[in-house]
Amino acid sequence: MNLKLTTSIAKTHLLSRKKQSSIAALGVTFGIAMFIAMTAFMTGVNHLLEETMLSASPHIHIYNDIKTERPSIVEELFLEKKIIIHHQRPKLEKKNLRNASQIIHRLQEDKRVFGVSPSVSSQVFYNYGNLQLSGFVSGVNIEDEDRLFSLNTKMKEGSIEDLMMNSNAVLMGAGLAKKLNVHKGDRINITTPSGEIFTLNIVGIFQIGIGQIDDVRSYANIGTVQRILQKNKNYITDINLKLKDLYQSKKIAAEYAKTFNYKAEDWETANATILISFTLRNVITGATVITILLVAGFGIYNIMNMTIYEKMKDIAILKATGFTSKDVMLIFLTQSLIIGLIGGILGLCLGFLMSLGIEKIPFNTGGFLAIDHMPVNFAIKFYIYGISFGLITTFVAGFFPSKKAGRIDPVDIIRG
Amino acid sequence: MIVLKTSQVTKYFFSPEKFKVLDSVSFEVRRGEFLSLVGKSGCGKSTLLYVLSTMDTSYEGTVEINQQLLTGKSKDDLSEFRNNHIGFVFQFHYLLPEFTVLQNVMLPALKLAKYSKDEIESRAIEKLKLLGVYSQANKQANKLSGGEQQRVAIARAIINDPTIIMADEPTGNLDSANSKIVFELFDELSTNFNQTIIAVTHDKDFASKTNRIIEMEDGRINL
Ligand SMILES: Nc1ncnc2c1ncn2[C@@H]1O[C@H](COP(=O)(O)OP(=O)(O)OP(=O)(O)O)[C@@H](O)[C@H]1O
Ligand SMILES: [Mg+2]
Repeated sequence: MNLKLTTSIAKTHLLSRKKQSSIAALGVTFGIAMFIAMTAFMTGVNHLLEETMLSASPHIHIYNDIKTERPSIVEELFLEKKIIIHHQRPKLEKKNLRNASQIIHRLQEDKRVFGVSPSVSSQVFYNYGNLQLSGFVSGVNIEDEDRLFSLNTKMKEGSIEDLMMNSNAVLMGAGLAKKLNVHKGDRINITTPSGEIFTLNIVGIFQIGIGQIDDVRSYANIGTVQRILQKNKNYITDINLKLKDLYQSKKIAAEYAKTFNYKAEDWETANATILISFTLRNVITGATVITILLVAGFGIYNIMNMTIYEKMKDIAILKATGFTSKDVMLIFLTQSLIIGLIGGILGLCLGFLMSLGIEKIPFNTGGFLAIDHMPVNFAIKFYIYGISFGLITTFVAGFFPSKKAGRIDPVDIIRG
Repeated sequence: MIVLKTSQVTKYFFSPEKFKVLDSVSFEVRRGEFLSLVGKSGCGKSTLLYVLSTMDTSYEGTVEINQQLLTGKSKDDLSEFRNNHIGFVFQFHYLLPEFTVLQNVMLPALKLAKYSKDEIESRAIEKLKLLGVYSQANKQANKLSGGEQQRVAIARAIINDPTIIMADEPTGNLDSANSKIVFELFDELSTNFNQTIIAVTHDKDFASKTNRIIEMEDGRINL
């Protein structure tokens, strides 16, 4: 009941000082608009990168890490470390996972695992006419690989079925195909590390959206690559897998490394640099937004203080005629909150328009990412955060001056 | 019936130095009395009135209004008490400039919330008519002449049918014609509505026409 009265007094006060009220509200508007636009853009970028990264990287990658550092026989014989060997040369080690089929079997049994895709990878040279480019060819069971990375949705030409139905066939990364100037149906010669030359048929072109992959990789059937490398059917170099819960990756990777005694790398470790850039972007966004809201908050604090100073007489008269400290405080706090609410809602609208504008800006990643405009995130939750920040800021900024107004002693003012 | 009773009210000011501004003030006011408080400038009239009005709470002794002891009550309780029982008129009329005349009169009643908004509005109109400023009802309060504003302030003071009207030099800022109008209004309220009024004044003529005069000197009253 009283709230209705104090609110209507607050409204009259605000309307009688339209200019000051609008300036205070505009401060909030710009703060919230910046918040919306910045978070929309920053999280848009983060999501895009995360999605592209996660769609292309396995949650856990198991492979045989070649170790140069190993205890030498000399060192083992002279246990008191009297002899130390520097700069050991790598041994000729096989790059494969020796008990691959057992490992795969055990992974497939594991209930936490979503999918497993074994592969044979080799560095190769792609020859097309005079052009020679270095890259990789991955021999996979294309259906397993598709389960992990949804390859079918990333095909620009051809399809994964074409790979299954043809021998000596490859699916080539879009960037690589562009450099080599080849298309579906062309043939390509590759040279293996041991110098053999093979001819493969290009049956499709895929684009994952990450340059580092699209520019160097092609997929072939596992048997094809084993044959190219002159290895037998058990020769597997890498096992990629995805988990049902990707946030368990670190823990499970450590567990696998211990049981299988091979390197097991989780996606967070593999993509540490990208993840750091996420954190940095979030910090920058947070710092900017807090600064803007702080400035808006101080603006409101000042304007409220000024208003209360100007309204001393009115406050005295209200109190003399029976309004309590709480009523007076509510009158001014309500003004502050109305400023916050109106400024905030306008800010959300402006922020939305700014986000729409950002989305229209062309963005050339040079083929690094599969987008041509700035990525923008329109998630509702940022609008809810935005208006909450606005209201909290104006509440805090208005609270102390309002409290002061509530404590004004009418006798002091009326005595003059 | 006694509506106001003070006993041994003493008050000090501490700056610039300790100084007794009210000295053992004890008196009673009966219902319907129109009382004027006179004395030299600086003798403590306004100070006494603020104590009586419950706005000033730092004093010794006791103040009772309507048989209720007010000394020692909390500020918010006193605000509510003022809302209900005390109507104020000041030398400077102190209307709220953003509000219309009608709204100014209605505000204390809206705060009291004893009647519905419509009833309050018609009561406010009735008071404005009584004081002859109804024609100005929808004007912005600061667009009125001083005399008109003072009449609006009186309308505001009586909107909640207060036990006592307290006025500090209500005519101090008005010309003789307007002073006469204000006096007549008070007189009418007192005789026709049995309204208790305490008015501080320097105006000998004004004081001489009231029911009773209390004279102050150096913080004491001479009964
Ligand atoms: N806040 C204060 N602090 C210290 N002394 C004060 C304060 N207010 C008033 N005084 C002093 O107290 C005395 C009484 O002041 P008060 O305002 O009550 O006088 P008054 O009788 O109303 O005078 P006037 O007729 O001029 O209005 C004066 O000497 C004045 O200087
Ligand atoms: Mg005085």
